Amino acid sequence: MDTSHPSSEHGHPGYGTFIAVWVCLVIFTLALVGLSHLGQGAAVWGLLTLTPLKAALVFYFFMHLRYEGPLLKGVVFVALGTLLIFFALMFSDVAFR
Amino acid sequence: MVEHRDDFGSKLGMWLFLVTEILLFGGLFIAYSYMRARYPVEFHHAGAELNATLGVTNTFILLTSSLSMALGIVAMQRGQELWSRILVGCTVLLGLVFLCIKGIEWAAKFHHGLYPDSARILTLPQGERIFFGLYFSMTGLHGLHVIAGMGVLSVMLVMMLRGRIHPGQYTLLENGGLYWHLVDVIWIFLLPLFYLAA
Repeated sequence: MDTSHPSSEHGHPGYGTFIAVWVCLVIFTLALVGLSHLGQGAAVWGLLTLTPLKAALVFYFFMHLRYEGPLLKGVVFVALGTLLIFFALMFSDVAFR
Repeated sequence: MVEHRDDFGSKLGMWLFLVTEILLFGGLFIAYSYMRARYPVEFHHAGAELNATLGVTNTFILLTSSLSMALGIVAMQRGQELWSRILVGCTVLLGLVFLCIKGIEWAAKFHHGLYPDSARILTLPQGERIFFGLYFSMTGLHGLHVIAGMGVLSVMLVMMLRGRIHPGQYTLLENGGLYWHLVDVIWIFLLPLFYLAA
């Protein structure tokens, strides 16, 4: 297994990349707040779309997942996939109870 | 003697730990979703008691702290050690501001008689009691993670000052940063669940 510094092979992102990501996160948060003023339905749609998008930006850029190899990405996707399966099982149980 | 060093292993270990954290909070998110589906009206009423302005302010604070953490690592990669220390120091300070605002928010709830097992909580309908139970346990557990993250980053600062973390070896700082960003991601989900969409 490669024991050198992993991110050094892929090139480091600069200050500008992270500031741009932060601006996106702030805009999405403001959009989320705006949607919540439109009513319950809009707020829930905001929760289901913008929130995962914000989390993905943090995972992908701030947490450097974009610059990592397939093993680290796989670990995260398996965990999130497992969580989604449990969400789906729970909601299917609630819906047909 | 050659120092043993495995940066990839270190980072993989950190991610495996973070995965357990994701599943820990994931279980609580599933509990919230089920209870919300079961008590939609009560969750709406109870959610109206929360101060959305404080919740949104805290979101901006944590997002900015995540930015300063990411920039601190860029500075370290570029050999700008002083900037790296300043930026990681800012991250810890922003964490402290977050906790202070959280403290003000919780103090206001306590003042209104809203705390676990309080006389007022016990008079509320079951759905609202469950909402506040989830609110205190999830934001409380998140607050503990913020405190732990501040502790970890403070240790990183000391190690930077002592020269143990430097531009040639900064995997520990990256791992500390990963933990801090995860704390940010959890808050990203807590904001709409409790303050905006309830």
